[in-house]
Amino acid sequence: MLDSQLILNQSIIDDEWTFVALPNGNEEVKKQAGKVVLFKLTGESPPSELQINETVIPQNGKIILPLSVYLKNREALQSRLKNNEIALWLATHETLDEFIIIEKNINVFPLIAVFVERFQDGRIFSLGNLLRTRYQFKNTLRAFGDVLQDQLFYLKRSGFDSYLIKTGKDVHEALKALQSFSDPYQGAVDIKEPVWKRKVRS
Amino acid sequence: MYQYDNIDQTIVNERVAQFRDQTLRYLSGKLTDDEFRPLRLQNGLYIQRHAPMLRVAIPYGLLSSKQLRKLADISDRFDRGYGHFSTRQNLQLNWPKLEETPDILEELSKVEMHAIQTSGNCIRNITTDQFAGVAPDEIIDPRAIAEILRQWSTFHPEFSLLPRKFKIAVSGSKQDRAIVQAHDIGLEFYYDKEKKMAIRVWVGGGLGRTPILGSIIREHLEWEHVLTYCEAIIRVYNLHGRRDNIYKARIKILVKALGIEEFKKQVEAEWSHLKNSPNTINENELKRVAKFFTSMPYEKLNDQDDAFDQAIQNNKAFASWVKRSVHPHKQKGYRAITLSLKPHGLAPGDATSAQMKIVADLADLYSFGELRVSHEQNLILADVKLKDIFNIWEKAKAHQLATPNIGLLTDIICCPGGDFCSLANAKSIPIATSIQEAFDDLDYLHDIGELELNISGCMNACGHHHIGHIGVLGVDKDGSEWYQVTIGGKQGNDASIGTVIGPSFAAEEMPGVVKKLIDVYIKHRNPEERFIDTVRRLGVNPFKEHVYA
Repeated sequence: MLDSQLILNQSIIDDEWTFVALPNGNEEVKKQAGKVVLFKLTGESPPSELQINETVIPQNGKIILPLSVYLKNREALQSRLKNNEIALWLATHETLDEFIIIEKNINVFPLIAVFVERFQDGRIFSLGNLLRTRYQFKNTLRAFGDVLQDQLFYLKRSGFDSYLIKTGKDVHEALKALQSFSDPYQGAVDIKEPVWKRKVRS
Repeated sequence: MYQYDNIDQTIVNERVAQFRDQTLRYLSGKLTDDEFRPLRLQNGLYIQRHAPMLRVAIPYGLLSSKQLRKLADISDRFDRGYGHFSTRQNLQLNWPKLEETPDILEELSKVEMHAIQTSGNCIRNITTDQFAGVAPDEIIDPRAIAEILRQWSTFHPEFSLLPRKFKIAVSGSKQDRAIVQAHDIGLEFYYDKEKKMAIRVWVGGGLGRTPILGSIIREHLEWEHVLTYCEAIIRVYNLHGRRDNIYKARIKILVKALGIEEFKKQVEAEWSHLKNSPNTINENELKRVAKFFTSMPYEKLNDQDDAFDQAIQNNKAFASWVKRSVHPHKQKGYRAITLSLKPHGLAPGDATSAQMKIVADLADLYSFGELRVSHEQNLILADVKLKDIFNIWEKAKAHQLATPNIGLLTDIICCPGGDFCSLANAKSIPIATSIQEAFDDLDYLHDIGELELNISGCMNACGHHHIGHIGVLGVDKDGSEWYQVTIGGKQGNDASIGTVIGPSFAAEEMPGVVKKLIDVYIKHRNPEERFIDTVRRLGVNPFKEHVYA
């Protein structure tokens, strides 16, 4: 049995990719006690310039880079990109708009991964959907981070085909969750048509 | 009403199996509390003060007699022989055992019921007018679209973990009875100039800690686009709604932060991609679902019945009940009837299993085997012949289901409050019952006339206190329970949020405070003027001055 937490489609496989993290640069911004900022938006901050610059990019092998680090080093990485050695990851609060303008064809990446810090963060589903439908991403779409069995079915329906199950959780149990429902109601990324277009209903 | 085919049934069966597995994994320690929480919530299971609470979905408030009997059986077998009908038209069981909830769900699945998405940060039960399909002022019966919305929202993969809960209400009548302006999305149906069904879309309404009435995001939406337009709204919310602060996470906060114009711009941009995508409804699907909601096989009757009229003449108690509990009907010779779950002195919205069985019998005998739950927490027999009303009254009265207080001060909307709910700051049921006892004189009650009094045990506002003509909110001050009073709130087309009259009161003061408010009203009211209209005409001050004098 493989000692791996990675699922691709319906199988457990070895991970051939090396994950590149951003160095810890985020100073926790403490809110003033009792002070409530009314009607503020989500407000997660993008990686700092310092974090991006201090990220160590391995010289060889297949690597998954933070989106911001890739954009900063885009020119230097072109040859490795052609060798299918460069993949991207983004956090759930990052948007794709700017990136899509720079990188017209996102299918140059063999893999895009979305990092979900807390499994309750459902933005990952919208991101998956956008990558597959709006931006027509055809290659491997991986969820990693706080990825748990009970969200896999939704991730699959949102366009993900690869799941790095959180360490300590049973990956074989998790596999089963991909089959939770046989005939979902609504159209989504995996099954595009709603059930009333797929089946004859009484 | 809608009936499951094998696709609906399979989904519900698979859900039971899934939740059984999740519960077992939790009980065996494979799932942490934090991991299990959203899973159980999305199945309506709360961990409460004394025991778990299970909230069973009643889609758009419509039940069959068979389903109600099953709910009665379940409350006998797995609970303490009663249930609580909620302001979202659902049923709550207060004493189930965690390990037995999969069995309860399995029982529910046998009568085409479930607890899917009755809680948690997802799209909740779709709610509507309790008189849908029978109200004379109805333009479009909203239930077919409500059912289509129910199916679409069930396990919607993209919206399964939103920043916060998401509530959709639909209405198709002239007088709004579904509070569309107080929902995350409110859908108001009408016929446009081309005589085609269209939808006015409200967004960003909600009660809770920050009560806000919704804004119109689209005046005219063609019905076939209702799902994709909702997807556009909820996608913008899912991506940009706040997730760092639970109290700022509802869509209303995002809409206020961006402003309705900017929010609308983002939604329309999103919708330009989603419009005409596969979830667009077509005529066939609407027809398929709508056929479950066609008119009942009514008899041709006169809109008058001698025996009924005589009973009103001869029986004062019956007459005063009829005045409050019998509602107009689109079909001649038929009426809708509200059975009060607000007997004075008992928890508003509660029904015993015996009462549930009686109501199921009444539905079978007199109302085509169906009934509805209202957001005012009463039960409705929607299709009753005039000549049967007296019989219904006698049977209902024998089981404490005929308090003649519908729409009156003691028809109190009330959450379970601190007696049961672990979120509550204060108890709400004892406040309701003490007010009911103070206004137990039925003549006086009828003289006061239409008045909605709503009580919530905390700012989550399950008791809809902001839109009560009189609203009562339980607050916690230094560990003791206090009650803040608002007046001037209202549901309906001219909805408004109530104004706080001043510092809060102790529990024992509350009946006296309500009496003083009523005194001011009685003194100043014009003939036929309702309490809410007097408040709107005079403003808060005269009431405030008398209460705090």
